[in-house]
Amino acid sequence: MASVNDVVIKIGTVNGTGSASANGLLRKAIFRMGIPVVGKNYFPSNIQGLPTWYEIRVTGKGYQSRSNRVDVMVAMNAQTYAQDMAEVEPGGWLIYDSTWPRSQMLNRPDITVIGIPFSRLCNEQFEGARARILMKNIAYVGAIAALLDIDLDIITKLLEETFATKAHLIESNMQAIRLGYDYALAHVVCPLPMRVEAMDATNGNIIIDGNTAAGLGCMYAGATVGAWYPITPSTSLMDAFRSFCERYRIDPKTGKNNYAIIQAEDELAAIGMVLGAAWNGARSFTPTSGPGISLMSEFIGFAYYAEIPTVIFDVQRTGPSTGMPTRTQQCDLISCAFASHGDTKHVLLFPADPSECFHTAVQAFDLAERLQTPVIVMSDLDIGMNDWMIPELEWDENYVPDRGKVLGAAELEKMEEFHRYLDVDGDGIPYRTLPGVHPKGSYFTRGSGHTKYGSYTEDSAAYQGVVDRLLVKWETARAMLPKPEIRYAKQNRIGLLTIGSGDGACKEALDRLTTQNVGLNYCRIKAFPFADEVKQFIEQHDIVYVVEQNRDAQLRTLLINDIGSKQAKLVPLLHYNGMPINAGFVVTRVLEEIAKGQAA
Amino acid sequence: MSYIAKPKVTHPGMPKNKLGLTARDYEGTVSTLCAGCGHDSITAAIIQAVFELGVKPHMLAKMSGIGCSSKTPAYFVSQSHGFNSVHGRMPSVTTGANAANRDLMYIGVSGDGDSLSIGVGQFVHAIRRNLNMCYVIENNGVYGLTKGQFSASADIGSKPKKGEPNKQEPIDPVSTALSLGATYIARSFSGDKEQLVPLIKGALMHRGFALLDIVSPCVTFNDHEGSTKSYAHTREFYYPVVDMDYVPPAEEIKAAYVKGEVMPLVLHDGSTIVLRKVADDYDLTNRAHAFKYLRDHFDKGEICTGLLYLDESRAEMNELMGSIDTPLSHVPLDALHPGSQELKKLQSRYR
Repeated sequence: MASVNDVVIKIGTVNGTGSASANGLLRKAIFRMGIPVVGKNYFPSNIQGLPTWYEIRVTGKGYQSRSNRVDVMVAMNAQTYAQDMAEVEPGGWLIYDSTWPRSQMLNRPDITVIGIPFSRLCNEQFEGARARILMKNIAYVGAIAALLDIDLDIITKLLEETFATKAHLIESNMQAIRLGYDYALAHVVCPLPMRVEAMDATNGNIIIDGNTAAGLGCMYAGATVGAWYPITPSTSLMDAFRSFCERYRIDPKTGKNNYAIIQAEDELAAIGMVLGAAWNGARSFTPTSGPGISLMSEFIGFAYYAEIPTVIFDVQRTGPSTGMPTRTQQCDLISCAFASHGDTKHVLLFPADPSECFHTAVQAFDLAERLQTPVIVMSDLDIGMNDWMIPELEWDENYVPDRGKVLGAAELEKMEEFHRYLDVDGDGIPYRTLPGVHPKGSYFTRGSGHTKYGSYTEDSAAYQGVVDRLLVKWETARAMLPKPEIRYAKQNRIGLLTIGSGDGACKEALDRLTTQNVGLNYCRIKAFPFADEVKQFIEQHDIVYVVEQNRDAQLRTLLINDIGSKQAKLVPLLHYNGMPINAGFVVTRVLEEIAKGQAA
Repeated sequence: MSYIAKPKVTHPGMPKNKLGLTARDYEGTVSTLCAGCGHDSITAAIIQAVFELGVKPHMLAKMSGIGCSSKTPAYFVSQSHGFNSVHGRMPSVTTGANAANRDLMYIGVSGDGDSLSIGVGQFVHAIRRNLNMCYVIENNGVYGLTKGQFSASADIGSKPKKGEPNKQEPIDPVSTALSLGATYIARSFSGDKEQLVPLIKGALMHRGFALLDIVSPCVTFNDHEGSTKSYAHTREFYYPVVDMDYVPPAEEIKAAYVKGEVMPLVLHDGSTIVLRKVADDYDLTNRAHAFKYLRDHFDKGEICTGLLYLDESRAEMNELMGSIDTPLSHVPLDALHPGSQELKKLQSRYR
């Protein structure tokens, strides 16, 4: 196997040993060489001592998704050695710590096994158990640098940046790099046939995870109240928001905060706080994951009926129940679309990568305030916690926030009477007022049956008038939400349709299928309720493959339910093992389905 | 229940407050609770308190959960925004509201089911944060709307209308609040307006979490013989410990008090609470003492009332969080981010 800038390196370590920074160093060094790169974490729901992996996909073509092969395995964890060895692609390489003998039972004739005595080298060079463990990780970075021909000067520069204020650490880290690097050069023919070579394809790009980008988006959107209960994999979203606020939201005159972050006692309270703050006119939000959505549902229904702008980020993880908290899925589509009892339905937005997490965050606040309803940003662990290469984020200085229909004191003063739920404009969106503005603006916010004037009712017609008007608003939302991304191949009767993090795998699969003379038209949905363009796309095709990451084809169900798509033409391609979806899966399943269709 | 607007009839001779408003201006819609319900007396006391304080109606936020008690914010101050939330969740909504706009005055009306059963988690955490609000529990020991089941505040041995007496320990909001560090704790009785109105005023003006646990008999389901939350039982075992008067800032203390029996306490906003001790062995600034005193009297079956604990020194939630003094919701959005140039700069760390 020989290739340049098309290699997957997977590193198996033990969590809590500091391997994350070593892996980040490696990933950054390749990126700095101008080569597109993707970093995926496969980590346990645990603090210390369990197996963890980091997968670096070097992709000269700039693909976004996970690859389903491993070319170079760095098996640092004896506990998973057998499993790690089994995963290597035939013709690939496995690097292990040869300080201790490994079982000869575990051999594979079709791969090259390279032993490097990392522990011995580090034990001879460094003092103290902690330093030796940390340096062992840095040493494998050095070895991979030699094996793949990664520029050592770039690694040096990265270490200098990281430890700008701790010069002694630069020196010791470079020593460790050298241990691995020199040993590999002396004992293996370097570089391997699969190697990297400097390109110019990362200029103007960054590597960032979706939660950080979403937290940054919330800061730029002007969110002032964030309430949350810690839950994997959404926690780092609030961490990011906090760190941006600590940097940019301190009032220079008083040193006080232009933001409030409240760690709630549970998700029931977190969402209540978001509602209270939004009712008072602040942009407020909560990040959570599936179990949190379950707990928040009652209030989500309240916000729908009482019409309170609400922004929720659901960073989806594998369900049902506690499921696999550190694995990814798109399994909350239905529970979010219809969260809460009674007739409720909610606006969902589907970002596909961290760039869209940033922009969708801003958009979510605009839409929530415009539509006076919950807006749920459906991210997932793959987007939220993995390292994606995206174009540098840009902020439009001409952006004007949409605060929706809010009446001010002057307008209220001129009005004879204010009624909260009247559809004045015919778009299903009533006018609202904020407390503390004007006595004429007062109304009683309630989840109980109410008339269009806002007062309590048990009258059938008055009740039905309001819930019917909410359907008018639903259609207004449909027209207002982001349109799907649609790409046509050369004329084809088959469509491929997906959402969110399915995008990278589908686009790569389309490329691969094209080389096999299979052309598919592509539609990536960005919002629910579905735009008319989605309906048209499905109508244009005899067959549409619906790629999603859950067992029950939830997206397909929503398509049938929301726009009346014909059940028979929507063929589900379902990936739900908890790992991020990859292009190989899509290619294989598409070809299988095409073959089935031809046989039929 | 239906919605009945109150006819607006104002007698020209009605007294006006400093804003030129009459007590009528602080009323709400007609109550739909049972005739004789303790809650209606509390509503009347709230109206009197905010009228006398001269609260600007639109600067008051009325918060509630679910239950008979939680309906009552519709029955006072129509010109205030109300938020009738979901069962047991009024504290979280108020927390978010207060974080967004600290200029409003918050009154939450809850019940023993809403606060001590389904909402006990949010109740205790609001205290922990020292959320700046007046938190009223209209405590009747039963669920009214679902027809008379015991709530968590029912006393051991208290008899229901039908079925067995309660055998479980009650949750006492006052001792719970004491143990959690609430900064203004009072107990009263819906039938004692004279005691209640100043307590509400003090609670509204106090900076921090003010709890008012008000025994408020349920005439339909818990006012019979053998109930410990009936009018008759409450009157019989009523044990006033500390009464108080509320004197607004810059107003002279005029009432004639016997020296030695009164103690003025200055609140954060410069107003004064004048305490009239009924029991001379009670110290309302000592948590451990208060706890023991209340427990001892509870064991004798007595219901201690009045202002039972006060600590004006502790910072409230927004102060603890270090929020700016102006309401966060008033800050223009474009002042809340550093713009396009800084966005470009800050991304250098992701390269």
